[in-house]
Amino acid sequence: MDDPLVIAGESFSSRLIMGTGGAPSLEVLDRALVASGTELTTVAMRRVDPAAAGSVLDVLAVRGIRVLPNTAGCFTAAEAVRLARLAREALGTAWVKLEVIADEVTLLPEPVELLTAAEELAADGFTVLPYTNDDPVLARRLEQVGCAAVMPLGSPIGSGLGIRNQHNIELIVESAGVPVILDAGIGTASDAAIAMELGCAGVLLATSVTRAREPELMAEAMRLAVTAGRLAFLAGRVPRRRYALASSPPPG
Amino acid sequence: MQIVINGRLHQAAAVISLTQAVELLTSAKSGVAAAVNGEIVRRSAWDATRLADGDQVEVLTAVQGG
Repeated sequence: MDDPLVIAGESFSSRLIMGTGGAPSLEVLDRALVASGTELTTVAMRRVDPAAAGSVLDVLAVRGIRVLPNTAGCFTAAEAVRLARLAREALGTAWVKLEVIADEVTLLPEPVELLTAAEELAADGFTVLPYTNDDPVLARRLEQVGCAAVMPLGSPIGSGLGIRNQHNIELIVESAGVPVILDAGIGTASDAAIAMELGCAGVLLATSVTRAREPELMAEAMRLAVTAGRLAFLAGRVPRRRYALASSPPPG
Repeated sequence: MQIVINGRLHQAAAVISLTQAVELLTSAKSGVAAAVNGEIVRRSAWDATRLADGDQVEVLTAVQGG
């Protein structure tokens, strides 16, 4: 079935966006990325380490996976804008996963700084994919300032707590005119399937794969879950009922 | 002459370019961005950018994350 994810006019046949953090080695990461089927994958920007062996960029290049730099580690709009511009210069892409966090304990998005940075980067020609709270109002504001997608969290980064407020995710999906990507909090395959069943256009995850006991196997599980959830969303679930509805014809 | 590259002090006997400063850390020909005293310098301008005593140079690349 031809059902691409389209972000800012670019088509992806996979609706699973992967992160690369947490993998024990580049070899394990490589196998997991292949098993996931992802076509778009995030990286962080950090000071060059002269002792580093190999580069995540080489892994992505060999596999033909598009790179999506993030602004992880930024606490203010100014820091995030600067890091996005450095990423654009280093990687030759104007796409950015915009992350502006409020504190180290929750890693929750800082909404005011996030919106400020999103507006500035969108005006500067960036394709901005903001990691945001599961707040329908903030999602709307991010879309209004020109974001190409909105990426609400299911629960805090790396927590594996799944989607804590499914109702809010549904509200965001209902009113959004840009793709909604569920980002952060996925713990296992069923969480990814639920995100897609709620109508999300895609799922972004890292920890649940890279820190699984078997990353490659979990990556395949996520690929299948995202596909299954998408198909279920398109097919339309039956309404929930209080009482039984016989699935066999009455006796006679 | 002293310059600070990614937070570490480097002694340079003569004036060096930003290209040379970056090469102290990495031989990568792509995937790297540099800033001098907080200002991003486009790669095409690295050769022509001469570092001065006390300059702070940041050299970044992509790593696993997100």
